[in-house]
Amino acid sequence: MSEHHAAPTGITRWLFTTNHKDIGTLYLWFSFIMLLLGGSMAMVIRSELMYPGMQVVDPNFFNMMTTMHGLIMVFGAIMPAMVGLANWLIPMMIGAPDMALPRMNNWSFWILPGAAILLVAPMFMGGDFMAGQGPAFGWTFYEPLSGQYGKLAFFVFAVHLLGFSSIMGSINIIATILNMRAPGMTLMKMPMFVWTWLITAFLLIAVMPVLAGVVTMMLTDKYFGTSFFDAAGGGDPVMFQHVFWFFGHPEVYIMILPAFGVVSMIIPTFARKKLFGYASMVYATAAIAFLSFIVWAHHMFTVGMPVAGELYFMYATVMIAVPTAVKVFNWTATMWKGSMTFEIPMLWAIAFVFMFTIGGFTGLMLGLTPVDFQYHDTYFVVAHFHYVLVTGSLFAIIAAFYYWVPKWTGNMYPPLLSKIHFWASLISVNVLFFPQHFIGLAGMPRRIPDYAVQFADWNYWSSIGGFAFGLSQILFLVIVIKTIKGGEKATDQVWESAEGLEWTIPSPAPYHTFATPPEVK
Amino acid sequence: MSVSKVTKKLGRLLLTAFLFGPAMAFAEYSTLNMTESVSNVGQQMYDLHMLVLWICVVAGVLVFGVIIWSIIFHRKSKGAKPAHFHENTTIEVVWTSIPLIILVAIAVPATKTLLEYEDTTNSDLTIKATGWQWKWEYDYIDDKVGDSKGIRFFSSLSKESNDARQLGANKEFPEHYLLDVDKRIVVPVGKKVRILTTASDVIHSWWVPELAIKRDAIPGFINESWFQAEKEGVYRGQCAELCGKDHGFMPIVVEVKSVEGYKQWALAAKGDASKAAAAAAAASGKSYTKAELMAKGQAVYKKSCFFCHGANGEGTGPFPALVGSKIITGPVAAHINIVANGKPNTAMAAFAKQGLSALDIAAVVTYERNAWGNNMGDIVQPSQVSQ
Repeated sequence: MSEHHAAPTGITRWLFTTNHKDIGTLYLWFSFIMLLLGGSMAMVIRSELMYPGMQVVDPNFFNMMTTMHGLIMVFGAIMPAMVGLANWLIPMMIGAPDMALPRMNNWSFWILPGAAILLVAPMFMGGDFMAGQGPAFGWTFYEPLSGQYGKLAFFVFAVHLLGFSSIMGSINIIATILNMRAPGMTLMKMPMFVWTWLITAFLLIAVMPVLAGVVTMMLTDKYFGTSFFDAAGGGDPVMFQHVFWFFGHPEVYIMILPAFGVVSMIIPTFARKKLFGYASMVYATAAIAFLSFIVWAHHMFTVGMPVAGELYFMYATVMIAVPTAVKVFNWTATMWKGSMTFEIPMLWAIAFVFMFTIGGFTGLMLGLTPVDFQYHDTYFVVAHFHYVLVTGSLFAIIAAFYYWVPKWTGNMYPPLLSKIHFWASLISVNVLFFPQHFIGLAGMPRRIPDYAVQFADWNYWSSIGGFAFGLSQILFLVIVIKTIKGGEKATDQVWESAEGLEWTIPSPAPYHTFATPPEVK
Repeated sequence: MSVSKVTKKLGRLLLTAFLFGPAMAFAEYSTLNMTESVSNVGQQMYDLHMLVLWICVVAGVLVFGVIIWSIIFHRKSKGAKPAHFHENTTIEVVWTSIPLIILVAIAVPATKTLLEYEDTTNSDLTIKATGWQWKWEYDYIDDKVGDSKGIRFFSSLSKESNDARQLGANKEFPEHYLLDVDKRIVVPVGKKVRILTTASDVIHSWWVPELAIKRDAIPGFINESWFQAEKEGVYRGQCAELCGKDHGFMPIVVEVKSVEGYKQWALAAKGDASKAAAAAAAASGKSYTKAELMAKGQAVYKKSCFFCHGANGEGTGPFPALVGSKIITGPVAAHINIVANGKPNTAMAAFAKQGLSALDIAAVVTYERNAWGNNMGDIVQPSQVSQ
């Protein structure tokens, strides 16, 4: 690169950066901070639930913890981490010098901290922190309960900002993928991670405006006398749920599709075998994305829909099992008759396949309307979505970190600590979430701060697992810092049989890459 | 409570956790699997659950088996050489079709059960359950079995559970902790009971696992569902939709009695209700001294107000303090109005509709205006509330 493009230094480097790698790093650090913040709230939740009786916080504070934990993890940890990976990797994977719209890229990141502050700030207002002044209406913010909250405007504007950020990020990703691929890289030659993000970006653009719309209606209901969701004024509280889940269901696929992409990159490398059924993987991803728009009301089977509606949403929902099963079969077939080694990224990827599949099974069970009447709003649901979001999305993000960090920093991760991190996380996360299936089936509702004594045993073990899983992620922080600071030098290829343009550039990746596009055959 | 106190408490909690945790055992409950139901449709739901569970277990064993096989035998350290296949149309068609066929096979019993569950016609007894923050109101509105029509009461968490669930109470747990109420609903065995659910403030959900019934109670909507218990007994459940601060503390208890026992219960309940109504009517006409009103008011405050406004009117979290508040220092009429009719778009409920009599409201308003350093000197009589 020419000299006048040398990297700027100091705080302005990060504030004004238009470099996709810097912005990727910012996203990933933001996400990690949010993960630790949301995780510390989970620790409060598990402390209160460790024993029957109220010991630690009052019920309103507890509700605030579950609410903020969910919102922070979904909007602060998982989504920004995926966007961070997209920023770092997509240009390097398609042979582009940067994102298509670098200035907007800067803006879409720097909106996020402001949104996070708006979201978190009400917790610290009004003096007594332990009284719980923040949102306490659940991450799904159902009306009319959320309408009772006095500081609703903070929440609404935080969501608006998050939406701006996501939409700008998605437009950027779509523009980059569609316009900036190296010559010869046809759509059907793109790495799976790029494919899954292209589809995810379309989902985001489709549903974030819906979310913005629903929170705006809440805002005018609360402050300007409208009655969108107020039955007393002719409005409809169930309509809130329809609009929310029209956003909310695609949202869960937004959090898992890029994870599918990550795992589809890692498994072939360490099985030393091409991804089985590349084309069917692409079609399955697209099919899942399409289905995600037409199944939303399976979150609402108990609201009293007409029976025809319940039947339709049941049939459409269980259909998702087909493309999802295809994906799991493809990963399995990729490993079959491979020549496998088990470096740290592969361990996380295999753990993902196992536990995401468990989350998929419980998803199928939840999709069946008549049994959902028993599962709905219990810990069975909590177990289900933590299997797909923690051992699914989060595990894939961690796998991605271990897989690409040698390319990002030029250093290998510390091998022993990383191994401890994996095994400690794997065991503790199952102690944490597997018993929640049991207590959910046995009848414990979710979002309660205290419970009947028959649920005590498994809650106890769940809490022990929770504390251990939380501690394991402190170890992850240590590993991240150690790897950035030093460690065994990585080669340019890093992994013996990794394929893709990102492995053709030096490690660490120079500040500017692919100023002249590579030729893809 | 300060943050340092919390950390101290957490420390003590962790210590006791490791010492005594595993010793707790409540063997009489099955806490591994779904509760079996005492209704036929509920049992079908349970069977469907078990069917799908086993299908998932078999599918899981097969898929995980293949992966584990690969992990063990197709590893580089054992000299495995990678094969070169990465596509096979036949196998891809086969493994797309198999899940599809299984899904159709599951959909048949699921559809059948759902249609039966949603058929609320020909019921023998209809009860309306209204969710309030945070209690249930029951209204017997139609009865072909006995004479319960017109019975109406509120049902809230039992006093023993309520005392034990206060933050740091450290009390021994009463039997059926958090699953016990002050007044149960009673229904006859072997009869189709239709439950209408609605709510007066936010969304609640009426759930009793053993009766396999869960239906949201939504303001402005009336939802229908039903159960038919085939076995006498007491069945317990709780609110299943987050409804604010005390969502975890509004249980549901259904007592299923023989048809004869049910009829007797209905007769007795009606007698009690008419006596109570007569007493309330008499009370609302009388005049009371300030001391009487203060004593009564304190009792009402403890039962209905202190969860949100604090034991000494100091307020908790988003719920305002009553000490020196504008309502307290303002005119009496506005104070009576907010207690009786609530405040829209907040958690302040309309207590006149929640079973507080004119005397209760007069007493609690008097109490609030003259307790904890509030010193308005007003005395409110029931007759002022009735106006």
